[in-house]
Amino acid sequence: MTGLLEILGLGASAELLSLSGWGGNLLRGLANSLQIAFGAFGLGLVIGLFGAYGKLYGGKVTRDLLAIYTTVIRAVPELVLILILYYVGSDIINQISEAMGGGRVEINGVAAGIWVLGVVQGAYATEVLRGAIQAVPTGQIEAAKSYGMPAIMIMRRVTIPAMMSFAVPGLANLWLIATKDTALLAVVGFNELTLETRQAASSTRAYFTFFLAAGFLYLMVTLCSGAVFARIEKWARRGQPSLKEGSA
Amino acid sequence: MDRATAAAPEQEPEPRREAIRVENLHKSFGSLEVLKGVDLTAQQGDVVAIIGGSGSGKSTMLRCINFLETPSSGKIVIGGEEVAMRADGSPANQKQIERIRTKLAMVFQQFNLWTHRTLLENVIEVPVHVLKMPKPQAIERARELLARVGLGGKEDTFPAYLSGGQQQRAAIARALAVDPSAMLFDEPTSALDPELVGEVLTVIRDLAAEGRTMLLVTHEMKFAREVANHVVYLYQGRIEEQGPPAEVFGNPQSERLKQFLSSVG
Ligand SMILES: Nc1ncnc2c1ncn2[C@@H]1O[C@H](COP(=O)(O)OP(=O)(O)OP(=O)(O)O)[C@@H](O)[C@H]1O
Ligand SMILES: [Mg+2]
Repeated sequence: MTGLLEILGLGASAELLSLSGWGGNLLRGLANSLQIAFGAFGLGLVIGLFGAYGKLYGGKVTRDLLAIYTTVIRAVPELVLILILYYVGSDIINQISEAMGGGRVEINGVAAGIWVLGVVQGAYATEVLRGAIQAVPTGQIEAAKSYGMPAIMIMRRVTIPAMMSFAVPGLANLWLIATKDTALLAVVGFNELTLETRQAASSTRAYFTFFLAAGFLYLMVTLCSGAVFARIEKWARRGQPSLKEGSA
Repeated sequence: MDRATAAAPEQEPEPRREAIRVENLHKSFGSLEVLKGVDLTAQQGDVVAIIGGSGSGKSTMLRCINFLETPSSGKIVIGGEEVAMRADGSPANQKQIERIRTKLAMVFQQFNLWTHRTLLENVIEVPVHVLKMPKPQAIERARELLARVGLGGKEDTFPAYLSGGQQQRAAIARALAVDPSAMLFDEPTSALDPELVGEVLTVIRDLAAEGRTMLLVTHEMKFAREVANHVVYLYQGRIEEQGPPAEVFGNPQSERLKQFLSSVG
């Protein structure tokens, strides 16, 4: 029995995963991943909101630029984008720093990760939000206009709340993609969950244990996110009779 | 304000002031000319019914008055204030048009209540956020107005859970909440099941009786005859005939109006 566990590497798992050892590293990696996913998702939302409004109501130049942005980002594999954006981004920052007489700057891993993934998320969020805004019945916006609401207030008080129910399912997907895309940042040496896992696994040769543990952590993130988004969706759909009730 | 002055006992019955004036209004959609020079004046307290066949431009005219549609040319004067227009008819001063819109409350055929807000929230939305009325005061007034249109107790219900008639009455409460100097109704009962039309007409009838200025696009001829003091018949973007209801309905002059009236029964 003990022999079997030993062979599977499970006997030592508990010890390997202890918080003071590699297990703690994994959790720190997870925290980093979540921090980046959160930041990138937020940045993506902001870019997406401006992008969606720009695409719908912007001038010709704005619309063309946004079309290029969303097309290119969605066409190029994310891994390639991450490499490009990361190295281009750090290069630009260094050039600016040198031009201003400073030395080379150390790029903050979290900030870089957020910026890189945020730009990617922004392209998808632009399309999700554009679709959602278009799905808002025009009468909702006309009513607001006819009562003298200024454009910004219409956006804040009517369009955004009314589009939420259309946007939330797509945004939930984007969030899950964000959590998993953080794994791609391993290629630029950022200590997120996947890189920590790989390091732990190769140092201890307990591949099975560590990748299983990492898989479990990713799964937990997804399950928790699902629960949170279910609540958000319920809130966003307030005022709309559910299909279930309708058929009852 | 206006009511306070009107109620002052020592005052002479002053001449009624003009509420809405439209001069030589033109509107084209691309090459389609929908309004071909419409003139219309409503004094305060007037109930003007606008009738005409489908596509004659009734909705377009109403929507031009609060610039939901941009006129192609013409002049629009609300409460004595002319709306500044550019050469292409678009409002020259967005702030002005927003201010004027708060005095013109529109009631739509499809109600257009904000679906993610309860009835109470719908009614207080504009007073609180546009007119900057203190919230407790707005809520108190909203409750009164909802009770007045027969929706007391429905304050916390969302529009989708109500019948069309109830939604339209709530939309009227929302309109009244801004204390409008004129109300614009665009076929307020056309989207309703026949048995729900009456309850909405009753509310509008009350408003007419209390001296509200209203422009009312309607297909309900009997109702127009009863509540309006002026009827305008629109035909292909022009006013073909207008006058007091007894004249327009009882003794129509133009062949087209005669035909129209016999076709709608
Ligand atoms: N946004 C628009 N773009 C193009 N054409 C339009 C637009 N709005 C209205 N029209 C056209 O203008 C004409 C007048 O429309 P309008 O809605 O004012 O008519 P109406 O008198 O209100 O008719 P109904 O009784 O059917 O409501 C119609 O031919 C319509 O197709
Ligand atoms: Mg119409």
